[in-house]
Amino acid sequence: MRTLEPFLAEHPFLKDLAPEYIKLLTGCASNVRFDAGQFIFREGDEANNFYIIRHGKVTIQLFAVERGAITIQTIEAGDILGWSWLISPYICRFDAQAVELTRAIALDGKCLRNKCELNHDLGYELLKRFSHIIVQRLEATRLQLMDLYGAHK
Amino acid sequence: MVDTANPFIPTQYRIQKVLGETYDTFTVELVPLQDNDGFSFLPGQFNMLYVFGVGEAPISLCSDPAIETSIKHTIRAVGTVTSAIQRLGRGGVVGVRGPFGTHWPLDDAKGNDVVIVAGGIGLAPLRPALYQIFAHREKYGRIALLFGARTPHDILYKHELERWRGRFDVEIKVTVDSAINGWRGNVGVVTTLIPGAQFDPLNTIAMICGPEVMMRFTIKELQNRGVKTENIYISMERNMKCGVGFCGHCQFGPTFVCKDGPIFRFDRINTIFGKREI
Repeated sequence: MRTLEPFLAEHPFLKDLAPEYIKLLTGCASNVRFDAGQFIFREGDEANNFYIIRHGKVTIQLFAVERGAITIQTIEAGDILGWSWLISPYICRFDAQAVELTRAIALDGKCLRNKCELNHDLGYELLKRFSHIIVQRLEATRLQLMDLYGAHK
Repeated sequence: MVDTANPFIPTQYRIQKVLGETYDTFTVELVPLQDNDGFSFLPGQFNMLYVFGVGEAPISLCSDPAIETSIKHTIRAVGTVTSAIQRLGRGGVVGVRGPFGTHWPLDDAKGNDVVIVAGGIGLAPLRPALYQIFAHREKYGRIALLFGARTPHDILYKHELERWRGRFDVEIKVTVDSAINGWRGNVGVVTTLIPGAQFDPLNTIAMICGPEVMMRFTIKELQNRGVKTENIYISMERNMKCGVGFCGHCQFGPTFVCKDGPIFRFDRINTIFGKREI
């Protein structure tokens, strides 16, 4: 049977990760699918997974009573969804909802957290990669806040 | 077309058509009041549009350069002159000086992939480049148009984007900075579209137009993908007045944006681009 190992090994996010770590990640990985409209996680949920999106589109939302669900960002095929599993208190900060049929690889963050505690090299490798994503998203959010295309009279 | 003997004398054009693009942006189609030899320009160039008794403003040409009988300008009504053009409406007469400035490197781009990154009304000066690329599609490699707007209501040229999306030989990605329920497209800044766009970084010409901050981060992201600095072109905006490099209002370091720009090869200005002292 074909495992998820080759897919994980080839994914840019895991580029140059040692084969033994890829093997370890494969043990924590499973194929998942979400139908259009289905929530993948909700704000306040325990953050026990992260996802590598293979197909489809996911919105990251914040719900405000006065304005309804506000989409902050969309995540597409190839992107990584979820970093709260790595950072205490391991609680989802936003809602994630599939816009269309979405297929992904789910990685068991809870299991990986324990492995990272035991193997700091693995922890460092993962933290390096997730820091990069967090910085990218922070930068994008700051640009969004600037209202770049607004009419600055 | 500008009087080459005296580039300061405007030619009168009538507003033949006005098309509302968004709540604050519209496109005017202009035809000359008197017969002339047609108006030829290169993609990326701009005109000075003069509202008599009000003033002049530099506005990019956004029509198909192959059509010389009329010209189009997409205008955002945010200043005195642009609001006056909006008030003139169909039948109004404006003065036109131009075309001025440098153009997008469509000849150099032949044989390469082309990635076009536009933010907001920055799509307007890139539209003539797209028309030309589509007219000679076989001469270019992959084409990616990445467009960022403020909200779904701010998306320019919606029908055209839809039509271009229907082609099988161009990748078109649109994103908005914020959206409420009902929008099924991308949300996020335009730079987030770059990592997933299909082009060969080593053989790509990039053309960028939008607010300077957006261009700064776009350049960084393109360089991260491996696009060479000398293959990145940007459209600069400054306070253009004369259009021919006399008055100095649009000085940008050692250059004048109206004459040496508005399209610059990035490696020629990267030491001064984004510097707050310039």
